[in-house]
Amino acid sequence: MQLTLWTYEGPPHVGAMRIATAMDRVHYVLHAPQGDTYADLLFTMIERRDQRPPVTYTTFQARDLGGDTAELFKTAAKEAFDRFQPEALMVGASCTAELIQDDPGGLAAALQLPVPVVPLELPAYQKKENWGAAETFYQMVRRCAASHMPAGDWQRPARDPGRQPRCNLLGPSALGFRHRDDVTEITRLLDALGIDVHVVAPLGARPVDLARLGEADFNVVLYPEIAKTAADWLARTFKQPATTVVPIGVGATEDFIREVAEIAEIDPTTALASHQSRLPWYSRSVDSTYLTGKRVFIFGDATHAIAAARIAKDELGFEVVGLGTYSREFARDVRAVAKELGLEPLITDEYLEVERAVADAAPELVLGTQMERHIAKRLGIPSAVISAPIHVQDFPARYAPQMGFEGANVIFDTWVHPLMMGLEEHLLGMFREDFEFHDGAAPSHLSHGGASEPISVEVPLEPSSNADVMPLWAEDAERELKKIPFFVRGKARRNTEAFATERGLTAITLETLYDAKAYYSR
Amino acid sequence: MTAQAAFAQSNKGCSDAPVLKERGQREVFCGLTGIVWLHRKIQDAFFLVVGSRTCAHLIQSAAGVMIFAEPRFATAIMEERDLAGLADANDELDRIVGQLLERRPDIKLLFLVGSCPSEVIKLDLSRSAERLSARHSPAVRVLNYSGSGIETTFTQGEDACLASLVPELALESADSDKSLLVVGALADVVEDQFRRLFDSLGIGPVAFLPPRRSSELPSVGPHTRYLLAQPFLGDTARALEERGAKRLNAPFPLGAEGTTAWLRAAADAWGIDGDRFEAVVEAPRTRARKALEPHRFRLANKRIFFFPDSQLEIPLARFVSSELGMNPLEVGTPYLHREHLGSELAQLRSDIVLSEGQDVEKQLDRCRTSSPDLVVCGLGLANPLEAEGIATKWSIELLFTPIQGYEQAGDLAELFARPLVRRTKLEV
Ligand code: SF4
Ligand code: SF4
Repeated sequence: MQLTLWTYEGPPHVGAMRIATAMDRVHYVLHAPQGDTYADLLFTMIERRDQRPPVTYTTFQARDLGGDTAELFKTAAKEAFDRFQPEALMVGASCTAELIQDDPGGLAAALQLPVPVVPLELPAYQKKENWGAAETFYQMVRRCAASHMPAGDWQRPARDPGRQPRCNLLGPSALGFRHRDDVTEITRLLDALGIDVHVVAPLGARPVDLARLGEADFNVVLYPEIAKTAADWLARTFKQPATTVVPIGVGATEDFIREVAEIAEIDPTTALASHQSRLPWYSRSVDSTYLTGKRVFIFGDATHAIAAARIAKDELGFEVVGLGTYSREFARDVRAVAKELGLEPLITDEYLEVERAVADAAPELVLGTQMERHIAKRLGIPSAVISAPIHVQDFPARYAPQMGFEGANVIFDTWVHPLMMGLEEHLLGMFREDFEFHDGAAPSHLSHGGASEPISVEVPLEPSSNADVMPLWAEDAERELKKIPFFVRGKARRNTEAFATERGLTAITLETLYDAKAYYSR
Repeated sequence: MTAQAAFAQSNKGCSDAPVLKERGQREVFCGLTGIVWLHRKIQDAFFLVVGSRTCAHLIQSAAGVMIFAEPRFATAIMEERDLAGLADANDELDRIVGQLLERRPDIKLLFLVGSCPSEVIKLDLSRSAERLSARHSPAVRVLNYSGSGIETTFTQGEDACLASLVPELALESADSDKSLLVVGALADVVEDQFRRLFDSLGIGPVAFLPPRRSSELPSVGPHTRYLLAQPFLGDTARALEERGAKRLNAPFPLGAEGTTAWLRAAADAWGIDGDRFEAVVEAPRTRARKALEPHRFRLANKRIFFFPDSQLEIPLARFVSSELGMNPLEVGTPYLHREHLGSELAQLRSDIVLSEGQDVEKQLDRCRTSSPDLVVCGLGLANPLEAEGIATKWSIELLFTPIQGYEQAGDLAELFARPLVRRTKLEV
């Protein structure tokens, strides 16, 4: 058993729902008790979808358990098919139904429906949402493309030079972080390169579209968490190469263009030369000087966390002080990047552990999921959301991709904005002696109601390991510390404490504060 | 018309109306959801769900907000090892509870909450609760109840929770006078208002179940008269009856008239005369009626359709029809508790469709055909119906917002009026 307060990922059948909901003309019959229907609200409320997810739940009850839950499943599947007339039917069990072992796949097959039935075996006690999405997408692709499978020794013939290269875009799904806008952005980018997008899947794809996947020359894997399993199978079966670079950030987008050009055997020079991101200039302009060395903590799914680390370090000049992911399936990739940055990677799905790590790292900016946004809010640190799990506000009305050059513009704005606000607050703070301003007033962008203190954590965090030897702050030093702008105050405090501890000082005086300042500014 | 008159009319309304019973997909949360408001109410209690990742995800999605880093609820998520018998589920639970209580010394009452998975594998949480209570007493009392979706819908979780508290209540002393127990979680502000009203009426002593702290559990016995503040408390009521308490028959305290009739039931049991009663309720009742006035103007004759969700549907249908002049078309409820809802049903027009259970697809068909002005439904259905052009009110808000009592009557009406008012404002 694992004690869990908040979870980063739902159960694997929610991943399957993300595929079913993204697609067109499919229906998912889920053997599950009534409470599991809560998952509908993820789509109708958080993503503001105007239709219910295409999911029928059997909603069996305790009194059915002794009787025939299998019959209940068959009835539900038959009725769902008759009512919704899908082109493919997905069937499976949620955690509870997995225990009663009714075999939804076998039961649905017995109905002899005139469409493909895709049984999903998603072990609810071992796996989680993203894995469930990846497995479901893979099963759907396999099943729908099966009739087009070439012989094992088939080789992909060279492209007819008279035809533009074409690729599939794989991975965008329902409830994804900016997936819809990323698809638009990358389609434009590929178009500029002279590459056709053949099928986008699962978002907006019909089962018949999945059957056509093999016709493309190669696959673009936008979200490895969801599409890698399917892309690997397509590579083996249809000899389709797949991209490995995820185009988030200017550098990654350029690498992506090079990779795609190489696979498609085209020349990337014009595309690279004509790129239109404002990020490089914005980052170089003098206004951005104050971004230098900002301490940033990054946590999210592996794809977005890795991309964020590169942007933070190379494109904004931040210092990455923490990097982690809850995607254990991709932990290796995150470990590798953390190692390059000289960091200990945080691989966990325990919320409290992440909270502790953020508090210990004392960052000036937190880039994470909605969970880290709440952590940051409590700790009074600016933050921006970079990855699922996300909230209704992460589905903005405006066009806001993360990928491609426009994505880099969006990222510059969303990450820098909270810090800019910090600077503005400091300028205001210079008038602190004026009666309207006092140090207790929290920056207006950090709290909803202008509460004077960040919301405090209900229970104190465990003290950091060296708390027992932590030197004490003298009153005048503490007062002086408060005069330092709040967005660098954390750093000053940490540096001074580290300085004092190293020298075995038990108290921090005004003197120590300035000695430390001099020491660190060398 | 006064409330007494309204509720005294011998018109049987919907009392004997046929009920449409359906079996199909139920689009309702399970009883775990109750944790979201119960943990706010009982301030030293912790709710530990023994379940799956789905259960954890449900509570998190229903709670919606993460105001607290460490909320007073959590899930012990069962894993493959637990199911394969590699780990002894009881040992695992003991370990987790130990870990939890060490971390949260402020917890005095721990509920082990059963889920579908724990029930299907027949994990006996009542024995676990006994064992853990023995180990951690007197610091912590450990109880258990089921919030599983195979046993409970949505608000039944509160019923199961409160029923699990009843055996814990001390026996009232043999020579004690009559006492009043108000049963069902109410917002603190509502509770305080009722307490003041009962005081002014001279009714007392009054206690509330659940209490705000576990140390304030009321006592119970043959001298206890109880009033239900919520319509979904069948098991709790039964448990109280077994302890000798007697139910005061009343409608539910929604709206000006509902609240008056509810208070009147207690006043009658205490032999409070009409003049005194009038003197006490007159001012707040007038305030409530006044607050309802502008909403009645907007809502009268509007057609309203209730999907089954919280079991508040019947009292709400009574409120919107008798106090706001709305016209309920279908009133769905997960369960129909005829005895507790008797005085509400009598107030409903007999041509209303009453439905129990659900087949959500068929019900949506009926809903579309009847073209209502407003639909009360769960969060999964609201936006899709809005997209079809049908105004909706999410039912979960009716549980998270204080709606009972005189001072909230206007707020309750406003919840129904707002979606319609909004539509008249939008020009896009
Ligand atoms: S219905 Fe059952 S399995 Fe689903 S969330 Fe509720 S208790 Fe857990
Ligand atoms: S705090 Fe803001 S983001 Fe978080 S749940 Fe509330 S409204 Fe949503």
